[in-house]
Amino acid sequence: MSGAALAVEHVSMSFGALRVARDVSLALEPGARHALIGPNGAGKTTLVNIISGLLTPSAGRILLGGLDITGLAAERRVALGLARTFQISSLFPLLTVAENVALALEARLKLDARLWGRLRSRGEIVDGAAALLDGLGLLPLAGKTVAELPYGQRRLVEMALVLALEPRMLLLDEPAAGLASAERGALVALLLGLPASLTVLVIEHDMSLVFRLAQRITVLVEGAVLTEGSAPEIRADPRVRDVYLGARSHG
Amino acid sequence: MAATANGVRDAFQRHPWSWLDALPFLAVAVLYFAANTYLPLGTQVMIMAIFALALDLALGYGGVATLGHAAFFGIGAYAAGLLALYVTSEPISGLLVAAAAAGAAGLICGALILRTRGLTLVMLTLAVATLLQQLANSLKSVTGGADGLFGFKIAPVLGLYPFDLTGRTAYWYGAAAMAVVYALSKAVVNSPFGLTIRGIRENPVRMRMLGVPVTRRLVALYAISGAFAGVAGGLSAQVTKLVGLDSLAFTLSGNVLVMLILGGTGSLYGAFVGAFVFVVLSDRAAAVSPFNWLFAIGIVLILAVRYAPNGLVGLMRRGGG
Repeated sequence: MSGAALAVEHVSMSFGALRVARDVSLALEPGARHALIGPNGAGKTTLVNIISGLLTPSAGRILLGGLDITGLAAERRVALGLARTFQISSLFPLLTVAENVALALEARLKLDARLWGRLRSRGEIVDGAAALLDGLGLLPLAGKTVAELPYGQRRLVEMALVLALEPRMLLLDEPAAGLASAERGALVALLLGLPASLTVLVIEHDMSLVFRLAQRITVLVEGAVLTEGSAPEIRADPRVRDVYLGARSHG
Repeated sequence: MAATANGVRDAFQRHPWSWLDALPFLAVAVLYFAANTYLPLGTQVMIMAIFALALDLALGYGGVATLGHAAFFGIGAYAAGLLALYVTSEPISGLLVAAAAAGAAGLICGALILRTRGLTLVMLTLAVATLLQQLANSLKSVTGGADGLFGFKIAPVLGLYPFDLTGRTAYWYGAAAMAVVYALSKAVVNSPFGLTIRGIRENPVRMRMLGVPVTRRLVALYAISGAFAGVAGGLSAQVTKLVGLDSLAFTLSGNVLVMLILGGTGSLYGAFVGAFVFVVLSDRAAAVSPFNWLFAIGIVLILAVRYAPNGLVGLMRRGGG
């Protein structure tokens, strides 16, 4: 397991009396496409928050490429190549689309503290933003503020931001949530086209998307791993069906 | 690719140099020739404009809510006063020392308090300024306490232009300081760091998730803003030849905030408009009614908040299409 791109080892966490993670372990090989599924409240987003450093677990370790990052601040983890998206788009609403992407680019290029020189004269940022936006079909929207965009396009800007970081490990928290079917198709194409060297952990409710994208799937229920397996194994597992059907019948 | 890059370049909400930037300085020149009995008042406007520019960087761009920015104004004022009293009366080095002292204070104070947000931060900025004021009050041997720091002289600017009773030198000296602070502020907001601080204002958590050490960037911003506020304070000390406890007072922190809100935050222009309206209005209202002049400021502020929520600059922009 030492060769894992990301390893979650025996992670536990509680919010008061509520145990949101119970002895969770995961390991992702480099280049893996791994999905995390489970009913609402299973602790999926909590786990992503723990991995990305927004929450600190009460027990267990997180290893990124073999390096223990459990005690590392969130921003330091990003510098090590870990990037994430948010379930509800978390962008900079009053800045333009180009500026949103530029924020990610200047952070990666370590220019974010640069006090001299004009931002718009920096070729690597302007050209980099143009190329990324072009690739996502967002170029015509470059000058609009994010607040002006419809929801689906915000999700794409969200993707542009993490791609600008050129991560080694990508955490996607429900990337397709709230997307119309056409936008969903565009997103799937984008996700399938991600570089093979990139390791991806995706939380998603849309099972057709999960089965298209993921080689391995971990099922989380009430903060604990119910089972883990290949996509066909999970599809055939009666316990998974029970959990999902049970969750659906409760609403 | 060149065409698309141009499109993206224009998508950066930049602050280009334009004729608007010349406007405050044009006004400075016009006032000089048209109404030179008001030069001391004009100098006060410029001092407060520099202070409001400093606050706009922290509050308007970085989103750092503060009710204690007088701390930096006051530190700059005492630094310039003490330097003139004990070391050198040369004015430009006085402003540089004021900027350095207030900038260092911003660095230290920022590192202590900028981990907090919202109301907690507001209260801490207030506490720091109050603490400093009490300190200045009790260190009578250094600061002169409630009597203030006075008795220092300021040498002629560049060895050529003495500070005289007409206030002409002070006026142009203030205008030059304002031009320098403005050019530097403009460079800051147009730089990559300028975008970083706007990003932090919009969404600090996401900035962390882009790998940006948010607190450190805010501390840097606070130091820059503090240094500029220190220039305003130093200028005030040199021009009035007096530094009182009021230079650290809550009233001053509140006044500069009112000026900036009146003028409009996050555009730099608001600092000029707000400082002009506030200082001139207080002066005229005080001349009419020495005990009730705050009444006029109150009414203007209520009207501004009601009819120009983005400040007078926002109102002008809307009017200009």
